[in-house]
Parts: sequence; structure tokens; C-alpha cells
Amino acid sequence: MEQTLQSSVAGRRRADLRAWLVVAAAAAIWLIAYRGIMPLADWLTFGLLGLAPGSRLGESVAFFLYDVPKILLLLSGMIFAISTARSFFGPERTRALLGGKREGVGNVAAAGLGVLTPFCSCSAVPLFIGFVEAGIPLGVTFSFLIAAPMVNEVALVMLFGMFGWRVALLYLVAGLSVAIVAGIVIGRLKLERYVEEFVWQIKGGGGAVAAARPTWSDRFTLAWRATREIVGKVWLFVVIGIAVGAAIHGYVPEEALAGILGRGAWWSVPVAVALGVPLYSGAAGMIPVVQALIAKGAALGTALAFMMAVVALSLPELIILRRVLKPRLLAVFVGVVATGIIAIGYLFNLVL
Amino acid sequence: MLNVKVLGSGCANCKRLEERVRKVVADRGLEAEVEKISDYGQMMRWNLMQTPGLVVNDVLVSAGRIPDEAEIVKWLT
Repeated sequence: MEQTLQSSVAGRRRADLRAWLVVAAAAAIWLIAYRGIMPLADWLTFGLLGLAPGSRLGESVAFFLYDVPKILLLLSGMIFAISTARSFFGPERTRALLGGKREGVGNVAAAGLGVLTPFCSCSAVPLFIGFVEAGIPLGVTFSFLIAAPMVNEVALVMLFGMFGWRVALLYLVAGLSVAIVAGIVIGRLKLERYVEEFVWQIKGGGGAVAAARPTWSDRFTLAWRATREIVGKVWLFVVIGIAVGAAIHGYVPEEALAGILGRGAWWSVPVAVALGVPLYSGAAGMIPVVQALIAKGAALGTALAFMMAVVALSLPELIILRRVLKPRLLAVFVGVVATGIIAIGYLFNLVL
Repeated sequence: MLNVKVLGSGCANCKRLEERVRKVVADRGLEAEVEKISDYGQMMRWNLMQTPGLVVNDVLVSAGRIPDEAEIVKWLT
């Protein structure tokens, strides 16, 4: 018995070492590929295709050939790293951490954990029930439910790839702020009676849970699977988005959009938010288009508000949440979050 | 006789997991009863917060993902 235990420990160690070596080799190849994109794109556009540098078509094609591999590489690499990190943050742990927290501190913690905990809107209902059942206040639960989809890895990586780390960080801070403030507001409004009654009746616990002790090799395997699934879902939107963005870059005159989407157009922020709600699955593809629009005079605050509305308020998620929230609470949730996003849009347009 | 429960509310991944479990049971000719649980109250018995979940003989073995066939075989045999 002892011998088999020892050999299984040794086997796990060997598997982990192999997994680390594979990841290190992949990281090295990734770095080489990433550094080679720019020269390759230039060579393809101006060498192989013979387009003139500075020409409209040449600039559009170079932009497209550079951005597509860059963004896809960034997405795969970053999502793999984030998924690996997230394998340490299960929702059970998050629930336990939030259990004893009060309003305020609880909202801040919930928003932060919303970013770290893996989240799929298909699990929004069991998550909501699990939080409420553990006695986590409604407002704190909402801070989590707002931050989790809004500050997601795909949006952050796309923003980083298209705008740089400053804008990605700005989006992270803005998203967390909306989630914290909206959660506090919803908590203060005392809307517990607008949660469907059956939720309050549920008593959890009693079932046995198999102890999971994942090895590094397990974590990497699952992270790789998650990466393939996510990139598989978004890559086409990203390519189409970059193609549209490239066309705008090459062919739309400078400052063409300043009048309708610029800072001066006060009504453009709420309109952008209203347009963002029904859009959902194409969120990743919107970012390159938005980036091109900004280059042509659209305001950054308006653009960020639009992106937040796309990911934070989506019709499919609202339909799923309707199972546990009565229409009144659902309406308050949409209203408070939309107001927060609009405020962020105006604030950024004002100060940036 | 094994009792296997697939916990999920009808999302795409829940259906895929149920199909996969049924396939493993059929392929291996296992003596197992496969149930689908879509009631949230029952799911909370295992404090499940990520669907789909897989319960074998009343023990939750996986949550929030679709395990591959080899893993399912391991739990069922």
C-alpha cells in the first residue's frame, strides 16, 4: 500500500514536471511568434503583395495582417494564463470568503472576486441561489454578478491588444466601480421581496463532495481546454471586427465621426448604452471596430460605455436571471447598471 | 447498481454531459441508472454553483465542466 502511494506521488511529480516543460516550450514559441508578427506583416503587405507604404489599401492590409495574428496570439496566451490562475478560485471558495462580509467591504470584495472567479452566464442562477443561501446580502451578490461578466478576460485582452494597458486598466477600474456602487445601491433599496420565493426556501448542504486535489498537469489541461473553447467561440468575430476596423482606418476620413460620436455630442453616451444591450456574442468583434471609430474622432468614454453595456447587460443573461428575480428587481438591476455605465461614459469624456 | 445524476438546468453543456455519460454507460455495458436533475433546490444539496455537475452514488465528482470520457469511466468503474 505504502509503495503504491509513493509511486503515485512520484508519478504525479513526473507528470507535473512534463506539464511545466510543455508550457515553458509553448511560452517560448509564443514569444518568438509574437515578436515576428510585425516584420512578417510588413513583408507580406509591402514585399509579397507589392502594396505601396502610405497608400490606403496598403495601410489597411498591413493593419489587418498585423492585428489578426497579434490579437489571436494575445487571446490564446492570456486566456491560458488567466484560466490557470482561476483554477485556484472556485465559486465555493468565493462564497465562503463573502459569507461573513458586511455591506461596503462585502461589495468591494465581491466585485474583485467576480473578476477572479470563473463565470459563465449559464451558471448565474445556481450561483445566485448559492450566494443567497449562504446569507450573503443581496447587494453584495449583485456586485459579484455585475463584475463577473463585465470585467471578463476576453474584453480585457482585446482592450490591451487594441488600446494598450492604460485603457485596459481604466476599463477594469471603471467596471469594478460600477459593480461596487450598483451593488450598494441595490442593497440599500431593500428589494429582497422581489426575489422569487422559492429561492428563500432552498436549504443547501447534505450531499458529499469528492475532494479534488488537482495537479499542475490537471490545471494546465483544463486551462488549455478552456482556451480552445473560448478562442474557438470568438475568433471569427475578432477577424471580422479587425477587417471592418482596418477598412475604417484606411478609408474613413479623419475626424469624420467627431460630430456624431465625439465628446460634444452629449446624447451619444445613452444611445451607445441602449445599442449595447441587445448585442452580445459579438462583443469581442466590437472592440477593433470601436478602436477604429476612436481613431476617427469618436470619444473614448462613449466607446467604453458601449462596450460595458454589451457585456454587462445582455438579453440572454436577463432571461436566465428572470427565473430568480421578479420583473421589478430585474428592471432595477438594468436601470442601476445602465445609469452607472452612462455616468462612467460622461466622466471619461470629461476628463480624458 | 450505480446511481448517476447529471445536475443542470438544460444548458448546452448540461445536455452534452448527459449524452456523454449515457454513451459511457452504454459502451461499457455498465449497470447504472442515469438521472437528470434540473431542480435548483436539489442541486444545492451539493452546493453546486457551476453547472453542469456530476454526482456518482451521491458524491459530487465534477462541477462546471464537461469531463472527458476517460474521467467518467474512472468514476463509474
